[in-house]
Amino acid sequence: MTEHAISVVVNGEARRRRVEARRTLADFIREDCALTGTHLGCEHGVCGACTVLVDGEAVRSCLMFAVQADGADIVTVEGLGGPEGTLSPVQDAFREEHGLQCGFCTPGFIVTVTQLLRENPDPTDDEIREGISGNLCRCTGYQGIVRAVKRASESGVGR
Amino acid sequence: MKPAPFEYHAPDSVVDTVGLLAEHADECKVLAGGQSLVPMLALRLTRFEHIVDLNRVDELSGVSRTNGTLRVGAMTRQRAVERDPGVAAAVPLLAAAVPFIGHTQIRNRGTIGGSIAHADPASELPAVALALGAELEIASASATRRVPAAEFFEGTWTTCLADDELLIAVHFPVWEGRCGFAFEEVARRSGDFALAGVATAVEVDAGGIVQRAALGLLGMGGTPLRPPAAEAAIVGRSPNASDLDEIAMLAVSDLDPPDDVHGSSTYRRRIGAHLVRTTLARAIEETHRP
Repeated sequence: MTEHAISVVVNGEARRRRVEARRTLADFIREDCALTGTHLGCEHGVCGACTVLVDGEAVRSCLMFAVQADGADIVTVEGLGGPEGTLSPVQDAFREEHGLQCGFCTPGFIVTVTQLLRENPDPTDDEIREGISGNLCRCTGYQGIVRAVKRASESGVGR
Repeated sequence: MKPAPFEYHAPDSVVDTVGLLAEHADECKVLAGGQSLVPMLALRLTRFEHIVDLNRVDELSGVSRTNGTLRVGAMTRQRAVERDPGVAAAVPLLAAAVPFIGHTQIRNRGTIGGSIAHADPASELPAVALALGAELEIASASATRRVPAAEFFEGTWTTCLADDELLIAVHFPVWEGRCGFAFEEVARRSGDFALAGVATAVEVDAGGIVQRAALGLLGMGGTPLRPPAAEAAIVGRSPNASDLDEIAMLAVSDLDPPDDVHGSSTYRRRIGAHLVRTTLARAIEETHRP
C-alpha cells in the first residue's frame, strides 16, 4: 500500500513521517510519535478518550487519518502542561477536585475541557455537563469531573 | 478495529474530485467529516479500494445567502454552522437542530453535506432538509443537477446519489414572514442517535392562522418522513390544545417505526406523537413573539 509523507506539528515540535493511508491520527500519535498520553478506548468514536486538539479544535483522533492531518497543528495532553511537568490549570483543577479515578479517560477529558473553557470561560452547570457529554468515564466519577471543570473556570482559565 | 487498506486521494477542487469519482465509481467513497464513515471502516462494516478525501476542497465550504435561500457548502462543518449567527437568522430550524448532532468533538469535524449524504434515518439534518423543502446541489464529471430533499432520501443510508456523483451544497429556503420553528428529539443519552425526533416549522398570518406547516420526523422509518395529513390539518387553523393532540395522533398513525432493543415501535410512535405536539406548540408560540 502506498505511503504518504506528512509533516505535522505535535505539541510545538515539527515532525515528518511516512504513514500508511489507513493509519489513524490516534495511532500516529501513540505509535509514531511515542506520545502515549492519548488513550484509545473504543476506536470508533464513542468514548472520547483519544480527544486531541487539531488546529485548536477538540476532535476524536481515532476518527481522523494521520494523512489528513498533514500541515496541521496538534496538541495532545502532553502539550498542555508547562515545562518540567507543571500542570495546566485544568489538570490542576482535576487533581484538586479528584476529577478522576482510574485515570484512563482523563486525557480526553482534559483536552475537551481545555477547549470548552477557551470558548466558554464561565460555563453553567448544564453547559459543563453538555460540554463533557462526548467523553465517557467508566468509573462514573462524573461529580468530581464536573467540580473540576467548575474549579478550573473559577480560576479564570480561558479568560 | 483498524480499517482495511485503501488508496487515498486528496483532491483540492470539485473538478478533480468528480474526475476521481468517474474513474473509480463503485470502488470508491468520498470522505467528508468522517464521523460515520471512519467508524464503519474501523469496524469493517464496509471497505473501499479508494477513499477520496474532500477536506482539502476549500470551495465546498462556506455559507451564503441569496434570493431567499441559504446555500450551505457540503463540507461546511456542523460546528461552523452552529456558531454562525447568519444561519440562526436565516434558517432557525437548522440552527436549532445542529446542537443535537453527536457531541462537540463530532461537530468539530462533522459536515452538513456528510450528514445528509450519509442519510441515517435517525439523524437530524435529513429531517430538517426534508421539512423545509431544501434542494441538494449535485455534480458529476458530466452534469450537475438539483434534487428536492423529498426525492433525495431513498432508504436507510441510501440516497439518489449515483456512484460518480458528489453532493456540492444544500440550499435551505429562508422562510420569511411570521414564522416559528422548533426541534426536539428523545435519545437514551445526550448525543446518542435519537429514538425519534421532530423538526417543525410554521408560518402564520396576521390573525395567527397557520398558512404553512412543515414537519420532519426522524427515527420513525427508513427515511426521514413528512406526515402530509397532519400538515394539512394544521393549515387554516390556530390550533388549540385538543387540536394539537389530534394532529399529533394523525402525524404518526400511519407510521411503522423501527422496533429494536432501544425502543419498541409503539414506544417510538408515542414519542413521535409527543414531539409533534410539543414542537408544534413551541413553534406556534414563537410566532406570537414580536
